[in-house]
Amino acid sequence: MPRPRPEPVQVVKQRRDAALSALVHGVPYINFLGIEFERRGDELTAILPFDDKLIGNPLLPAIHGGVTAGFLETTAVIGLAWSGLWDDIESGQISLESLTEGHLPRLPKTIDFTVDYLRSGLPRDAYARARVNRSGRRYASVHVEAWQDQRDVLFAQATGHFLMPSKDD
Amino acid sequence: MEPNKAKMAEHFINAIPHCKALNMRLTDIGAGKAEMELPYDDKIVGDPETGVLHGGAVSALMDTCCGAAAMCHPSSPSGTATIDLRIDYMRAATPGQNVRTKAECYHITRSVAFVRATAFDDDDSRPVATATGAFTVQRK
Repeated sequence: MPRPRPEPVQVVKQRRDAALSALVHGVPYINFLGIEFERRGDELTAILPFDDKLIGNPLLPAIHGGVTAGFLETTAVIGLAWSGLWDDIESGQISLESLTEGHLPRLPKTIDFTVDYLRSGLPRDAYARARVNRSGRRYASVHVEAWQDQRDVLFAQATGHFLMPSKDD
Repeated sequence: MEPNKAKMAEHFINAIPHCKALNMRLTDIGAGKAEMELPYDDKIVGDPETGVLHGGAVSALMDTCCGAAAMCHPSSPSGTATIDLRIDYMRAATPGQNVRTKAECYHITRSVAFVRATAFDDDDSRPVATATGAFTVQRK
């Protein structure tokens, strides 16, 4: 049997980007910090553009530890939700229309989150990527790494546990 | 704690741009303890459907409060930075209510301050979150 003809690339990209944008821009706190996500296939990179209101130590200056924690937690939650939604986005089970109308999928809830501050966050853009180490029906464990100028020089890392939204909600 | 140290810590907290952006208030400070408040605000909501505040805003509050407690400990010379901070989220903060947190520096060495904190909304009997962290102690 011949395989079905693949969808045009723009259709696939549009659906993926709409899903990601709905997920990210529907949350006021993410917009308040100014976090954006870049997508390459299913790989996400979170970006925190530097802003004066993110400063925690005006003498250095350095990014506030709470901002770093919020940035990493956002990266973890969106990364986890994204990996869970991927199959439904690909199959078209999540439609572009429902996403643009603001029907957001439920996000995982944070149980605990531990941030390791490796060096002070400099007054410039920061980047982060999440890795879902384990994702079960109810619980998930996610690790996040954040860096600024050099990918291999992390300024923070974090591990968190999350409660997955139940499918019947 | 000497009153000038409390003044200094309060001045420092109020000079933090991110705390100002979140309208955080330092409500009490002294001898290794601090209390702070985060007013409810639509712009820091994490779940638009329920209006529950985002964990990141609670993190910022608890991190600042823990840092303030470490700084105002009698044997801490001055500044501090977070080494690590763990936050446990017990329940969602009630939408519309402010979040208050109390932090205590329960042990300090020449290089590390150990701090814990609890956060509440209007219901004092059920914590919203707890935090434990280690902070640097700057040498003179």
